[in-house]
Amino acid sequence: MNFTLFVRSIRLVAEKDMRIYYYKGPVIIFGLLFPLLMFLTFFIGRNLDIVLFYPGFLGMMLFFTASSVGPLITPWEKREKTYERLLSLPVTLESLILGDLLAGAIFGWIITLVVWAASVAVLHLPLANAGILIIALFLGSLAFAALGSLLASPATDTPSNIMMLSSLVRLPLIFISGVFIPLGQLEGWARVLTSLSPLTYLVDLFHGALNGDAVYPPYIDILVLFLVIGLFVYTAKLIQQRNLVRGS
Amino acid sequence: MDVIRATHLSKSFGLVKAVDDISITVKQGAIYGFLGPNGAGKTTTIRMLTGVLTPDAGSVVINGIDMARDPLTAKLGMGVIPENGTVYGDLTAEVNLLWTGKFYGMDRLTRERRAEELLSQLGLAERKNDLVRTYSKGMRQRIGIACAIIHSPPVLFLDEPTSGLDVASRRLVIRTIREMNQQGSTIFLTTHNIEEASALCTTVSIINQGRIIATDSPERLRKTYDLTHFVEVSFEQPVKADYFPQDGIVSRVEPWGDKWRLYTDDPDQVIKFLAHQAEQDHLTILSLATSSPSLEEAFVQLTEGEG
Repeated sequence: MNFTLFVRSIRLVAEKDMRIYYYKGPVIIFGLLFPLLMFLTFFIGRNLDIVLFYPGFLGMMLFFTASSVGPLITPWEKREKTYERLLSLPVTLESLILGDLLAGAIFGWIITLVVWAASVAVLHLPLANAGILIIALFLGSLAFAALGSLLASPATDTPSNIMMLSSLVRLPLIFISGVFIPLGQLEGWARVLTSLSPLTYLVDLFHGALNGDAVYPPYIDILVLFLVIGLFVYTAKLIQQRNLVRGS
Repeated sequence: MDVIRATHLSKSFGLVKAVDDISITVKQGAIYGFLGPNGAGKTTTIRMLTGVLTPDAGSVVINGIDMARDPLTAKLGMGVIPENGTVYGDLTAEVNLLWTGKFYGMDRLTRERRAEELLSQLGLAERKNDLVRTYSKGMRQRIGIACAIIHSPPVLFLDEPTSGLDVASRRLVIRTIREMNQQGSTIFLTTHNIEEASALCTTVSIINQGRIIATDSPERLRKTYDLTHFVEVSFEQPVKADYFPQDGIVSRVEPWGDKWRLYTDDPDQVIKFLAHQAEQDHLTILSLATSSPSLEEAFVQLTEGEG
């Protein structure tokens, strides 16, 4: 396969996604507000330490922003009948998946970075390791944008079906991660359960980057996020390949 | 040189065999028409040829490049207008065009110049900054065509390009297809509009129930599959089918709107008979015309025979 053409097709699919789906006032506002409101719901009235809980908030922010729009793109395009034309352009299934992933990751990365910078300015939050913060932002945005691409894969042209599936998958992933209760305070089955959510490893990386209180060594978190990206992309490709064979 | 070569293509959806072991070869510069009734396998075939659908068996080679091995390079040399595909409604016509041009590696100046040229050629220049979702169906089809030909592709695939269009839009589309062909593009066109295929195509294949049942020039297909002429007549007074004797000269009689169509090998004899009979029965002939066999006749014979 021609590598230059492949990279170009990924970039152009991401450009289209950004133009059509992400550069919209409501999308940006929703991306900012939803995690904030959710966090405040749990934070207000509980006399919690903001510094201790901020990594969880940041993880949730990145999780939501990177994975919120991606699941809707493919079913929406199938419904609008733009998907078939897109497939006939010089693209492959892989470039469509990676292009959608890239757009979601850029969106999640930018919004989360803006929120973190604003929080640092207002709340004077600590920063223990800038390198790990950059890696966490980078890998986290890719991992959860990949989740978005995976959720977009079932053969449907009805975005509301995917919305339901997306909520069914994403909300439990938040609740079983270390967002609301720091990982170090969990024991037994609760600890095992949190290890099943990829968000746990991102939040742990943020803990290491901001407060220096990560539970797992950074290489474990990084390795898990890499594996999750590979797994999500590979599964998305398998499902979409099957759709292409079935013509659905 | 063969610019499109499909070999032993097959595709099933569950138990339904949509395309059954078909092979297609299209020479450079041809306008190839792919005709068939609804559900015959036309769209499935064009979707496999353009890399949108993966065949169960067989191979597709476009401009010498195997679609399965190198889809990106194969798709670079073609433009596609899918039947059910449309451009992005949330982008303007100009942005749709410029974005599409980037896929083909066109530099910015060339993209802008070509977009400008196509927008005015297809009568969209004044609305180029409007979102496509505000366009009529005909305008959307035109911008779809503009996107498909922005890179002047050597091969152009069109799936039912004039379906549902008004007369003006249909003429514009046909003119654009002809112009693209004159500029050197090879055209692959699916349609169920026989008149259109007859007027445009140098070669036609007829597909029915997933299999190609005939391939030839429209003229030769006409001659091969129906040597029968017909005489069309209408009277001021109503007559029934049994008024026309089917005794050998007239092989078949069919109502055709307010007229009757009499199929025959000898139109001269039929006209003389009709004139004589009308005078004898005091009937007034309103219209009388003869016609040569049409591609439609060949199509009907072939597809009915298969069904």
